[in-house]
Amino acid sequence: MIEVRELRKTYRVRRRRAGLGAALSSLVHPEWSVVEALAGVSFSVAPGEIVGYIGPNGAGKSTTIKVMSGILVPDSGSCVIKGRVPWKERKAHVAGIGAVFGQRTQLWWDVPVSESFELLRAIYRVEPAAFRKRHDELVEALGAGELLGSPARSLSLGQRMRCELVASLLHGPDLLFLDEPTIGLDAVSKLAVRDFIARENRERGLTVILTTHDVHDIEALATRVILIGRGSILFDGGFAELLAPRRDKGVERALAELYGELGIA
Amino acid sequence: MSASASASVAAARPSFLAPYLGLFRTRLVRGLAYRAAAAAGVATQFFWGFIMISVFQAFARAGLSPLDPREIASYVWLQQAFLVLVVVWFRDAELIRLITTGDAAYELVRPVDLYAQWYARLLGGRLAGAALRSLPILLVAGLFPEPWRFRLPPDLAQAGLAFLALALAAALTVSVSLFAYILALVTLQPYAAFILLAPLAEFCSGLLVPLPFLPDALRRVLELLPFRAMLDLPARLWSGSLTASDSLRPFALGLAWLLVLVPLGRAALSAALRARDVPGG
Repeated sequence: MIEVRELRKTYRVRRRRAGLGAALSSLVHPEWSVVEALAGVSFSVAPGEIVGYIGPNGAGKSTTIKVMSGILVPDSGSCVIKGRVPWKERKAHVAGIGAVFGQRTQLWWDVPVSESFELLRAIYRVEPAAFRKRHDELVEALGAGELLGSPARSLSLGQRMRCELVASLLHGPDLLFLDEPTIGLDAVSKLAVRDFIARENRERGLTVILTTHDVHDIEALATRVILIGRGSILFDGGFAELLAPRRDKGVERALAELYGELGIA
Repeated sequence: MSASASASVAAARPSFLAPYLGLFRTRLVRGLAYRAAAAAGVATQFFWGFIMISVFQAFARAGLSPLDPREIASYVWLQQAFLVLVVVWFRDAELIRLITTGDAAYELVRPVDLYAQWYARLLGGRLAGAALRSLPILLVAGLFPEPWRFRLPPDLAQAGLAFLALALAAALTVSVSLFAYILALVTLQPYAAFILLAPLAEFCSGLLVPLPFLPDALRRVLELLPFRAMLDLPARLWSGSLTASDSLRPFALGLAWLLVLVPLGRAALSAALRARDVPGG
């Protein structure tokens, strides 16, 4: 389903030093530094997998997700998803994937959620009957029925995330990118999100790539983890296997120690 | 499901225009909710309308005006009524937020053309603003005593042409204003982008001073630019200071500019997006 080979991406970041003198000199001589976000990343994902994509902040997780979801063009390397290169055939590619970015919203801020869904139906050009069926299933599975009349801005984070998940799957994609879907959620919402993802995977064979800092998300959902640090893949395999020597310390501490040992903390 | 039933479901797949119509309609419906802003706008526009009419009619009384006083009144009221269709500075705050936060890139996860998507939402927002503001202004201004009164065009054909010109003006204004959003995407300074573009467009379209008041040499240059069809053309057709036959050339020119500016803006937007990778994680 996904084939990623030697993906590289560097960002040019404007460097700014403190102080008035530095501010003035940067007007004339802007300083740039280069940040290597992806330093040759390769992996592949088979249909029906749930892959936890983990690593410390700034490791390159979101950059990889952005490349795979067609919104960022890498410097070099290849990425083929369902036979397409995301940034070359963006529209055809994104029509067949779903994406949730936990810290952004794909719902229209000042529009009732039901209208956002209806607009997504128009955007993905879904037939009304198929849409209705999928919509009702998703809304029921996530208990989002009573939220439909509220605009996204008045929803709590947990309520919003349920609606985001409905929104990401309305057009029936078989591949879902979740970038920190449980960030800031309370225990009840977290469990609801996890249960829902597990069910979609089990019953519909949904392939899921999940980035998260919550080790319990990974434990509950992913049979396989890919660990990225400083733009390189450091581990690809079972989560239990990754933490095996440190298991008695609890997953959170075990992972923190591992980051420390790998020098990527 | 029978074969005929599944065929009819397949036929029901929304057309390729559906995404843009949907975005247009959503902005239009949302825009109609901003009634307080529209009421404030109407009050300001009456105030400005009176000042502008006073100033230019003073020129007319001194025998220095290329437009007659009644043409001036109709020109100004039409301009004030449809101001949000034709001024660059009427901005979509939500779109500006998307641009400055970097969320604009995330719009690319939708299977739509980004330029067309933004075009549709901006046009919808402007039409909503104009729908709320234009009627009260035109109805009240139509009751003013001469020479302040807003008058109908000389005949029906001219009225129809003026409406066509207004549609062209709105289409052009959106395409011009999109350059300000694109510039904002590059510089991350939306205020600066609009400050650069908005006054230029206002002057060149005849919003500050109707173009016939300007020196001939300058006027002839401005008449070649895209801004002319953003206000001068519809307002002068409506007020009767431009005849139907004299409007053909500006119509053709305005249309030609639209056909240039839209693909140019589309190319500029994709270049700007590529230049502005959104860093993160």
